[in-house]
Amino acid sequence: MDIKILVFLEQRNGEIKKQSLEAARKGYKLSKELNTEVVALVIGNELKNLDILSEHGVEKVVHFKNEKLKNYSSTAYSKIISDFAKENNFNLLLFSHTSMGKDLAPIVAAKLKAGYGPDCTFVEFKDGQLVLERPIYAGKAIMNFFLNSEVRVITIRPNTVSLTEDGFNVKTTVDLKEMNDQELDLRSVAIDYVKSEGKLDVAEADIIISGGRGMKGPENFYLLEEIAQLLGGAVGASRAVVDAGWRPHSEQVGQTGKTVSPKLYIACGISGAIQHLAGMSSAKCIVAINKDKDAPIFQVADYGIVGDVLEILPALKDELKKYLS
Amino acid sequence: MKIVVALSHVPDTATKIKISQDRKTIDPAGVSFIINPYDEFAIEEALRTKEKFGGEVIIITYGNDSAKESIRKALAMGADKGILIKGELNIDSLSVAEALASEISVLQPDIIFCGKQSVDYDSSAVGQMLAELLNYSVISTVVKLEIENGKVKAEREVEGGIEIVESTTPVVITAQKGLNEPRYASLKGIMAAKSKPIEEKTFEIKSNKLVVNDLRLPDSRRKSKIVGTDASAVPELVKLLREEAKVI
Repeated sequence: MDIKILVFLEQRNGEIKKQSLEAARKGYKLSKELNTEVVALVIGNELKNLDILSEHGVEKVVHFKNEKLKNYSSTAYSKIISDFAKENNFNLLLFSHTSMGKDLAPIVAAKLKAGYGPDCTFVEFKDGQLVLERPIYAGKAIMNFFLNSEVRVITIRPNTVSLTEDGFNVKTTVDLKEMNDQELDLRSVAIDYVKSEGKLDVAEADIIISGGRGMKGPENFYLLEEIAQLLGGAVGASRAVVDAGWRPHSEQVGQTGKTVSPKLYIACGISGAIQHLAGMSSAKCIVAINKDKDAPIFQVADYGIVGDVLEILPALKDELKKYLS
Repeated sequence: MKIVVALSHVPDTATKIKISQDRKTIDPAGVSFIINPYDEFAIEEALRTKEKFGGEVIIITYGNDSAKESIRKALAMGADKGILIKGELNIDSLSVAEALASEISVLQPDIIFCGKQSVDYDSSAVGQMLAELLNYSVISTVVKLEIENGKVKAEREVEGGIEIVESTTPVVITAQKGLNEPRYASLKGIMAAKSKPIEEKTFEIKSNKLVVNDLRLPDSRRKSKIVGTDASAVPELVKLLREEAKVI
């Protein structure tokens, strides 16, 4: 059967999320290789930045619009997507593996009786077969697999598709579909979103600087915050410091926290428990700063400094300032 | 109120993963299994819900005989009874959700709790799929929950903040760390759990849609270059990040 690709674009406050652009690019690339159709789908009310889509290979976007769809509703969104996919015979659905994507995609997969491949780091057609890869056990192993079903639903791990590569400039047309209230299944609906102090989330950051017990106490984390701000990154934490109450759980990196794939991961005063290493070992570049030269973190690091983080971090901040100014 | 907790029995997070000879599964030798860490928050929330509204808490899991250990632990924490749907380890979320739904649909609970993901396959999918199969709504990754007059209001963790969601019941709630502090089983609870019933059921999984080609360990080759032993190494480190790694 011919492949028809549908990409779900996620919006919050009317802005298309960066992670969705990765899914859009992946969809465009696959459609070119297979010489097939790709359509993007967005659900929301007023949308502010649809113009950016033309840089990311979105030729056709269908916008399902209603005031009540402004905020996320898993019941309404999943019905719209699966109905649209069914009516138009889309059989490869791409989402980003974000909070919304990983909530929504499995519901859509169940509605469509589709095979589900979550959190994929590799999505390619090889000899007519869609080959997928994803980390399991928080990254302790990589699974290579395929979906043996007519319809396939896939979520793509954020930060695994380049948004700067050229060749995705297209003309975008928008197909607006106004929805009536009675068409919406609003059993579950988000009524509010509370942003946490305007900080970047570790799951979304290109650069993460994380602290562990070697930071000595919560009062020293400002050192990491300053550097995170300089680099436009986020602050992460080890499980030990989250359990000690030094940092919120939303910052925890590792098997019972977040699994991250940033461009640069700087581990400060983190010895590297197996659960932590699993959560960050897919970072492109890893720097470790720790006073124990035998700490396991050095074995997964590209660069290391053996020394006291509290002495090294101020120097790192000054040096970065010099370089970035 | 009828409350169900869907539980997963998983390798301890301290486990070093080894791949089996067939390259499709992990080598179970020397691996100890535990209650999926996120499911502990689910059990605790279920028990608190029962303490507030009355009713019963039923633990259900899909797995082999050894999963009874985890069910027994949940019973020791205070759950009333357990159901084990016997089957082999399965990586296909929809197959597992269908197996669970086959029994839960008979129970017709008002609320189903599960962990936001199991720490083996990390799919974060079974709760949502279960909801869809049972025609329930679902709120995932919940860190705060209020139940009132047949409605729930939950805070769920999303990128950079908290999303507040309202839903009707019946509903599936998937628990994130932070929802509560799971209790320890008391000695009395452990003794009581021994006489609590665990029903055994079967469910035939027709065919998995997810097919594993192979598993491998991640490529962990790294430069492991020690740049220095004090703050004087910092300029060299920044230079390497800029010129060699090209990441800043």
